[in-house]
Amino acid sequence: MKWLSRLTAGLKSSSSKLTSGLSALFGKEKIDASSIEDIEDALISADLGMPATLAIIEAIKAHRWDGPVSEDGLRSVLAEQLTTILTPVEAPLTINTAHQPHVILLVGVNGSGKTTTAGKLAAKFQRDGQSVMLAAADTFRAAAIEQLAGWGARTDTPVISGERGGDAAALAFQAIEKARSQNSDVLIIDTAGRLQNRVELMDELSKIIRVIKKQMPDAPHDTVIVLDGTVGQNALAQVKAFEAHAGLTGMIITKLDGTAKGGVLVALAREFSLPVHLIGVGETAEDLDVFRAREFVSALVGGEPQEQE
Amino acid sequence: MFDSLKDRLQSVFSGLGKRGALSEGDVDAALREVRLALLEADVALPVVRQFMERIREKAVGAAVLKAVRPDQQVIKLVHDGLVDVLGGDAAPLRIDVTPPAVILMAGLQGSGKTTTAGKLALRLQTRQKKKVMLASLDLVRPAAREQLRALGEQIEAGILPESDNETAVQLAKRALQAASLQAYDVLILDTAGRLSVDDALMGELAEIKSLTNPDEVLLVADSLTGQDAVTTAKAFHDAVGVTGIVLTRLDGDARGGAALSMSQVTGCPIKLVGTGEKLEALEEFDPARMAGRILDMGDVVALVEKAAEAIEEEEAMRMAQRMAAGKFDMNDFLSQLRQLQKMGGLGGLLGMLPGIGKMKKQIAAAGIDDSMMKRQEAIILSMSKKERVQVGLLNASRRKRIAAGSGTSVQDVNRVVKQYQDMAKMMKKMGGKAGAAGLKALMGGGMPGNMGGMGGNAPSAADMAKLSQKMGGGSMPGLPGLGSKSPFSGGLPGLGGFGGKKKK
Repeated sequence: MKWLSRLTAGLKSSSSKLTSGLSALFGKEKIDASSIEDIEDALISADLGMPATLAIIEAIKAHRWDGPVSEDGLRSVLAEQLTTILTPVEAPLTINTAHQPHVILLVGVNGSGKTTTAGKLAAKFQRDGQSVMLAAADTFRAAAIEQLAGWGARTDTPVISGERGGDAAALAFQAIEKARSQNSDVLIIDTAGRLQNRVELMDELSKIIRVIKKQMPDAPHDTVIVLDGTVGQNALAQVKAFEAHAGLTGMIITKLDGTAKGGVLVALAREFSLPVHLIGVGETAEDLDVFRAREFVSALVGGEPQEQE
Repeated sequence: MFDSLKDRLQSVFSGLGKRGALSEGDVDAALREVRLALLEADVALPVVRQFMERIREKAVGAAVLKAVRPDQQVIKLVHDGLVDVLGGDAAPLRIDVTPPAVILMAGLQGSGKTTTAGKLALRLQTRQKKKVMLASLDLVRPAAREQLRALGEQIEAGILPESDNETAVQLAKRALQAASLQAYDVLILDTAGRLSVDDALMGELAEIKSLTNPDEVLLVADSLTGQDAVTTAKAFHDAVGVTGIVLTRLDGDARGGAALSMSQVTGCPIKLVGTGEKLEALEEFDPARMAGRILDMGDVVALVEKAAEAIEEEEAMRMAQRMAAGKFDMNDFLSQLRQLQKMGGLGGLLGMLPGIGKMKKQIAAAGIDDSMMKRQEAIILSMSKKERVQVGLLNASRRKRIAAGSGTSVQDVNRVVKQYQDMAKMMKKMGGKAGAAGLKALMGGGMPGNMGGMGGNAPSAADMAKLSQKMGGGSMPGLPGLGSKSPFSGGLPGLGGFGGKKKK
């Protein structure tokens, strides 16, 4: 399980933090107020946010301990809580080849890793034996088109692109036409990064989707928000706004190979129950893997992944 | 968010009586709430801890200001502390050196380094008339160099010609040579985004640094960052010695606690902020605004400062004693009117409250302005000394005389008398029955905090009604018409009607 070791290595600092912050608790007869604060701090440091943290704290308070609190015991209660929250959002990104093309629209704020994710997705579907096409609908950022073209060359994927500053919606329209004529299984449309509070940019995104539907009424089949793993509580505002303007079907979390814990996923899962498809754990084309709640949790809190009950 | 912090602080302090200083217990309880608020704004936990320690020292024993409530005082302490950590003074870029000045951009992937490099070049060209060269040392991300070249062409900055088969370090060397040979004032080096755990790339960055000896090493960081900000900042600072921070995407709606985490950990000022997609959108950093943003509040701080300035302690004490004795005459009414004017008048007060900015114009249109207060003042000044103390003397002919003397109408005079009577009635009630508690509510503050509760969205008619209720119940010092059932209908003609009009 290569990705797990990478994720674990990446999250190592966080797991040591989650447990080192708690080590003072071990051996106590019961969880007291200051211990609760320690747990709270540890969860907050992993970007879980207040509501999720408090909910987990409540569950820990309610837990009956048989004898003194042990490190493993506390860890397993924590892991159990987190797994319960995250398991329902485990869902791989599946392609329906009957769509011809299955259209995936990637959206998100600037710098979250959309273009890189588009390239990695192309590589992944190629490996799975599907024919893939990329569309560079980020016509705003300088060299975004070249960046996607680079991924296209690297993964041997055709890239549909236009002029910088061109109309993104029109490009998406053409791309679907092209993908149809070439019988592509998957079309991945990369869009420009936009901050969710910028009304005119969000309206532009809605327009892209409207225009896509003109060409193909049931598309986009997946509208996926790409979130930066280092993001804090603003992720909630991001998902909410993109959901409202683009009707999200899932998310991909990138850059989890750094020191960020990605704990905001827990907050997101509680709030939106939006499927988490994939996580980005490195820079190469292969570093994108299916999200598995149990393993993610074990990387977060330390210890071995628990067996399914 | 500020709402909840404010509310929670209010409940913490509800038990605080007339004591002259904040006790340790008060402060501890309040700071727990502040801590949560900072964490919710994504300030990193270790930074929150350190910061709270500083605030605690300042807060314990701080004298309670008469004009504001303790919860607001705590907010101000926190705010000032934030400003302090964020860097009180403006920190200009150190580029006035023997040219070329070298600026090294570093940061995580996707933090906005390349865009910021372009923005910075444009800013130096237009504002400081510098000749700037851009050089991309990013060999990792596909098309990173194309991106910088496109930006450079757009703003007509110098660009280091690309060549293949060069390492980032070799490129840096060549850039330095080219910049000095071609007499550039500033050389901006854009580097590849890297994870702080990536030792190889961090090593390369350190090598570039020691080779080029940059005058500024700018850490470009995303204001959307969560708790990881502290780890990132520390790793970069340890590896290459950051001299300043550029915070990007501040045009988003994140509270931006990362700013605090990073300044505290590196001890470096935030030098610039990215505020939009346009290349011009790079601004100087304003610590006070950032602090307000992290606390998610309007300019309540300025309000608190004004209140502290305007309401002199002695005058406040004198008023308090008179009120406690149930005494309140036209002279007191006048003095309250004047205090209110000192605080910037009604317009000024409303402008400082969160969420009211947009409404200001409508209020002006509705004819509620400070000239009304001036008229009221003129009316009182046209009364004789005796009349001011014994308001009962004001019969019809005296009122006519006062109207003529103040250049107003008898109706205006009647209105002031009515306002005075309403207010006096309330003062009597509070002074007599409720005693100290009522007094505290009056002098201790009430108004700024209650009004602060409206933060956030543009106020609706309902908000306005709530506001008037709060002001009525709570005691803004000297607001005319205070204490009547519908305070604005008497004291501030037009405002009540304004609420009604909006509903339709």
